[in-house]
Amino acid sequence: MSPAGPVPEHGPRARSRISLIVNTQPRELLVDPWKTLLELLREDLGLTGTKHGCELGECGACAVLLDGDLALSCLVPAVECDGRHVTTVEGLRDGPELHPLQAAFADHGATQCGYCTPGMLVAARWVLDRNPSATREEIAEALSGQLCRCTGYLQIYEAVESAARVLRGEPPSPPRLPAADRSVPDDAR
Amino acid sequence: MSAPRKTRPAVHAPLPHDSSERHVRGDALYVDDLPEPRDLLHAFVRLSERAHARILRLDVGPVPGSPGVAAVMTASDLRHGNAIGPAFPWDPVFADGTVEYFGQSLFAVAADTVENARRAAQRAVVEYEDLPAILTIEEALAQGSFVLPTEVMRRGDPPAALARSPRRLSGRLHMGGQDHFYLEGQVAMAIPREGGALHVFSSTQAPTEVQHLVARTLGKAYGEVTVEVRRLGGGFGGKETQAALIAVIAAQLADRTGRPVKLRLDRDDDMLLTGKRHDFLVDYDVGFDGAGRILGLDLVLASRCGISADLSGAVNDRAMLSADNCYWLPHLSVTSHRCRTNTVSNTAFRGFGGPQGVMAIEWVVDEVARALGKDPLQIRRRNLYGTRTRNTTPYGMRLDENPMPAILSELERSASYAARRKQIAAFNAASRFSRRGLALTPVKFGISFTATHMNQAGALVHVFTDGSVQLSHGGIEMGQGLHVKVAQVVADELGVGIDRVRVMATSTEKVPNTSPTAASTGSDLNGKAAEAAARNIRRRMARLAAGHLGGRPSAAVFEGGSVRIGRRAMPFAAVAKLAHVERVSLSSTGFYRTPLVHWDRGTFRGRPFYYFAWGAAVSEVEIDLLTGEYRVVRVDILHDCGGSLNPAIDRGQVEGGFVQGMGWLTTEELWWDPKGRLATHAPSTYKIPACSDVPEDFRVTLRLDEGNRLPTVRRSKAVGEPPVMLAISVFHALKDAVAASADHRASPRLDAPATPERVLLAVEELRQRLAAPPPETSR
Repeated sequence: MSPAGPVPEHGPRARSRISLIVNTQPRELLVDPWKTLLELLREDLGLTGTKHGCELGECGACAVLLDGDLALSCLVPAVECDGRHVTTVEGLRDGPELHPLQAAFADHGATQCGYCTPGMLVAARWVLDRNPSATREEIAEALSGQLCRCTGYLQIYEAVESAARVLRGEPPSPPRLPAADRSVPDDAR
Repeated sequence: MSAPRKTRPAVHAPLPHDSSERHVRGDALYVDDLPEPRDLLHAFVRLSERAHARILRLDVGPVPGSPGVAAVMTASDLRHGNAIGPAFPWDPVFADGTVEYFGQSLFAVAADTVENARRAAQRAVVEYEDLPAILTIEEALAQGSFVLPTEVMRRGDPPAALARSPRRLSGRLHMGGQDHFYLEGQVAMAIPREGGALHVFSSTQAPTEVQHLVARTLGKAYGEVTVEVRRLGGGFGGKETQAALIAVIAAQLADRTGRPVKLRLDRDDDMLLTGKRHDFLVDYDVGFDGAGRILGLDLVLASRCGISADLSGAVNDRAMLSADNCYWLPHLSVTSHRCRTNTVSNTAFRGFGGPQGVMAIEWVVDEVARALGKDPLQIRRRNLYGTRTRNTTPYGMRLDENPMPAILSELERSASYAARRKQIAAFNAASRFSRRGLALTPVKFGISFTATHMNQAGALVHVFTDGSVQLSHGGIEMGQGLHVKVAQVVADELGVGIDRVRVMATSTEKVPNTSPTAASTGSDLNGKAAEAAARNIRRRMARLAAGHLGGRPSAAVFEGGSVRIGRRAMPFAAVAKLAHVERVSLSSTGFYRTPLVHWDRGTFRGRPFYYFAWGAAVSEVEIDLLTGEYRVVRVDILHDCGGSLNPAIDRGQVEGGFVQGMGWLTTEELWWDPKGRLATHAPSTYKIPACSDVPEDFRVTLRLDEGNRLPTVRRSKAVGEPPVMLAISVFHALKDAVAASADHRASPRLDAPATPERVLLAVEELRQRLAAPPPETSR
């Protein structure tokens, strides 16, 4: 890490040398001034889990954790990441085991096309890191900037809630099956 | 030899999506994630800034001097033709002489970086001379501007039936279009291979079509081009024909430079350049009796097709064929105008005209109910198709089944429809600024491509000598869970665990001459083709097993990872090894063509659909009379999936389709300015549902008790598109809530999408109408 901040190279479109920690790995590289953190992750570091969605901070597909806070990497200039910690979907798990959120998303059908999944997982991680007992409303608020075009979100909610149970040391909730399911209270009877 | 693996039957099991673990790890690769080849160039497309104009000057001279540029291409560089229309010959790759819509592609640049390509493209000089533009359906109708001739489907004698009807109503409804908003934008990467061949990675639902168009526009044979698709980050119809343009541009630039080229549109360009769901204008004239029975109906559907036919013929045909929905309409005329406008060419979108047709008739039935002061559900029920009589569609197809009366009864009971009607009336009576509305709407959706020849599929299955299996089929995985469903069928056929079956990337090199993955037919067609391929191999293996174990081949049971005849069994892998030793092929193609379907477009008669999928939904909403804002309080869905191949996947399709349909009818508003520029070309202004828009209480039940009556793959039913139309219940619940603001004394005027703004205006219009003398009369 360079405590003095980014060091500009020569020239009008000079690159800057930055150091940052990505998924616990220290990285040092030269970046163009117009490059976003999203482009740095995908192009310079080959971390393609984080996706291009809209490139104007509205869809959430590029969400990462920046010093532990939820950030849209398409809006963050790479040069501003000097000395900072970045966590992407590739860094959610520690070793071969999936993070409880990842396992829950896979088990509960929370991914369809999968393109929103990395950002969705990172945002879910952000909310559960702060509050493993988050209510459905709090989860909805935290995820409201993450667009999904496939699932209709219900299975995403169920996955986040199941992962929260695991993070609290409780057993995961089983995936809900719509056909056999009679657990929903039926106030008609 | 290892012991046979104990495995449970895969088919009908709620298995997760085959890529779910890769999705969550972030290593599921989409086209833009593939390792970039050496020397890769990035393309950028410059778009027109006029809706309709003559191009006086297009000077790309300054472009090649820009840093990093390797090539620039305009229409004149396409020596083998500029047209890539899927069904009708037009749809230029690049504008030639005139621009026909705002956002049309003018030319493309390839450079070492996207940034350099973008910068270079801005150096070109474009001068226009504006021409008169037709932007709306109304303008197109007035000027007789059509992409295709008007079609009419007719049964009985509608004018006479209307004339003798005791009651009659006429009116108009407008419904907007919809952007697909697949999270992964359009993208392709073309790589030159030896001997003039080309390998194209494309985010497309129609790899064969991309192959053909790339080859044709390069003057190559189809066999020189391979198109490969691992997965799509969403398609929804938006990558059926629209992906071709992107792939063709990448391929042209690759061929020109001899270097790999990637083209990924950014979101704004994607939304400006590529087609959307058709918006429709509906005019109706309906005759009915005092009980609400529809006696005659004259329906006119006019759609905005944009500048070209694209798939508009088939989309509008399906709108016509869906305009009966679940209702017996003895005297019916449906007229369909396919309007040509100077806007982007509208295209396939989940439902493919069906949602617009269903919206039209549901509006009419609702209007009839409101004119009579009856609960719309009562009138819907009264007009349903019969089971033995009154069960032939306007195009002459007799219904093999009609579960709708039962579905309505089940749903009415499980959703406590009657009790909630009363609760809502009480709520509305007691509430000053809020009103609640409730609606139950049914869906019947025809399954098959209406173009009969497209109802075919191929597959390729390899068994290896360790018993592992590779499966290729012609379908595209775009999130809908097609691959796991087809793999389940193959696993079941061979009696192995799902973990032994690897689904390969879809490639024209593995399975040629495929239909697009569309019309909800993906698993019906490809599942059957893969089943046939696996069955061929199984038959050969059964003969070998019989030779080894004794007994008859027909007695061989493939189950749990082993092959059993009588009491003797051997592991599946051992039979595979034996096949190799005995020189028996362990590879087979499979093919399927949907039986029974036939269709005469000239007379609008036939059996365009193999069968129907059915479902119904009840939605309850609450609107704010002061702002027009609303909440979807509760939704109950009952949807028929036949003998579902995978109820977990089907649940996702039903919920996701419903929410997508809800977006179409509520928050997703495409807005063009007076110059024909799409103003809502990014998620900042174009609002698809967010998780906070999902119904607060969302209850989905799949009706699985009865398998498909027809021998579809494992008696399943298609589920991709039908759920979109369940969301029509939300629109009608909003209409009901608006009506409640005037104590149901008149029917609201409400167009789709029912944005909060439109809801507020509808409340206001109703108030003024009821206050204004003289009161409106219906004819």
